[in-house]
Amino acid sequence: MSIEIPRRKILRAGLASVAGASGLAAAAKIADRYGLLAPDHGGIFGAGEVLTYGAQRLLMFHHSMAREFNRAQISKVTRINHRYPDDDDSLRLLKGDFADWRLRVDGLVSHPTFFSLDEIKRMPLRSQITMLACEEGWSYIAEWTGVSLSYLMNLVGADPKAKWVVFYPLDDFWGSIDMAEALHPQTLLAYRMNGEDLTDLIPAYGAPLRLRIPRQLGYKNLKYLVRISVVESLRIVGDGNGSAAPDIGYSWYAGI
Amino acid sequence: MAGNIVPSSLARNNLRVQRPPRHSAVVRLTHWVHAVAFVALVLSGVGILLAHPRMYWGETGTVGVASLFDLPLPFVLDLPLRGPGRYLHFLSAWVCLFSGLLYVVWGLYRQHFRKNILPKRANLRLGPIVNVVWNHLRFKRPTDDEANVYNILQQFSYLAVVFVLMPFMFITGLAMSPAITSVFPVLVTMLGGHQSARTLHFLAASSLVIFLLVHVGMVILAGFTKRVRAMITGYSSRAAKELS
Repeated sequence: MSIEIPRRKILRAGLASVAGASGLAAAAKIADRYGLLAPDHGGIFGAGEVLTYGAQRLLMFHHSMAREFNRAQISKVTRINHRYPDDDDSLRLLKGDFADWRLRVDGLVSHPTFFSLDEIKRMPLRSQITMLACEEGWSYIAEWTGVSLSYLMNLVGADPKAKWVVFYPLDDFWGSIDMAEALHPQTLLAYRMNGEDLTDLIPAYGAPLRLRIPRQLGYKNLKYLVRISVVESLRIVGDGNGSAAPDIGYSWYAGI
Repeated sequence: MAGNIVPSSLARNNLRVQRPPRHSAVVRLTHWVHAVAFVALVLSGVGILLAHPRMYWGETGTVGVASLFDLPLPFVLDLPLRGPGRYLHFLSAWVCLFSGLLYVVWGLYRQHFRKNILPKRANLRLGPIVNVVWNHLRFKRPTDDEANVYNILQQFSYLAVVFVLMPFMFITGLAMSPAITSVFPVLVTMLGGHQSARTLHFLAASSLVIFLLVHVGMVILAGFTKRVRAMITGYSSRAAKELS
């Protein structure tokens, strides 16, 4: 009798783990369908990413707005890291004042287009005073001006069923965001900071065009953009982790 | 092997003469889950801190801006462990949250806090408190009976850790998330800003590290093997398990 009880217990535990595992697999499938599964959900830290990204996406379902500040709160010191790339093509663009620079927008869009900087500057502009917080620990507040990414998405006719928007800069530090973040009103393609064009500032501020995405940390605010691509799945882009960040150990999602 | 099986199965059949464990199964489980997650949080937290070991007050702060205080640590920016450290930090925070919720909900349901952690009125008088403090100050090893209940200093520090410091770690941590503060801006504004939240997160974490050092020191003083054994198996010794 004292042997039968553990056997029943083992059977029950086994059934429970099978049910748990299949429940988990089903949950992952549902989470994926509703865009709640971070692209870097594999690996030993994956569970944490799934929970963080899924929980925050659910909390932000109503397009919550990042905090905005008043003009008096704009910082005097604006730190920069991640220097402007020093390959020949990038330096030639810089030397030519980005006259030859074009933003290529392609992927699941009705009208793949190349935009010049002047064309982007003629689009309806949006200015917002927001904080840029770096994962290193420092932060500053500035006013960024640019065009809402959602405007550009409408202009090129982005497929509403597409889930992700991928960004390619002049260097290798590419990245992506989900469509909810791409259509968020505060997600900007910024070409001006504190009233000065990025092309007139030190290029490390992101010249000529950078992503400003105030609901995520600094490293998600990609600089030196040259191409934006709308895609259905991130599995086929790069190594499938959604951005270059996970390759150097950083999470794809930076809302923390 | 066979010799070991017989006494334990005998013990199983003699459940009635067994004392209740010093620490219940839920306390033991959540204690060790927390121990592992907390060490992971501290180590990864130090890795994150080393990128910018300088604290500010208010919303913003960076090199070139007046700091609140500078830690005597180098700026370590090119440590390839910081990214994985961040992954580990947030995973461990989730583990802490789940095991903490299990512990608190269970503790309320089974009246663990009321029975064992809330100080008894009789012990809140000056005499008994001075007595406990005096015993601690001269490093007096507690008797087995004394070690079988929490003294007033333990009760105060456990209450502070469970209901003040740990929740405060979550609040200050979430206050640094630009996504979370877009939904609950009050989390960060009530603390005085993004950098204030970071500073308070660091100070509360330091308090918890000091608690951990004192806690382990007290475990050693009270008899490391017995106390750790009680937290693993529920009993400080085989004799403690059976009623004499």
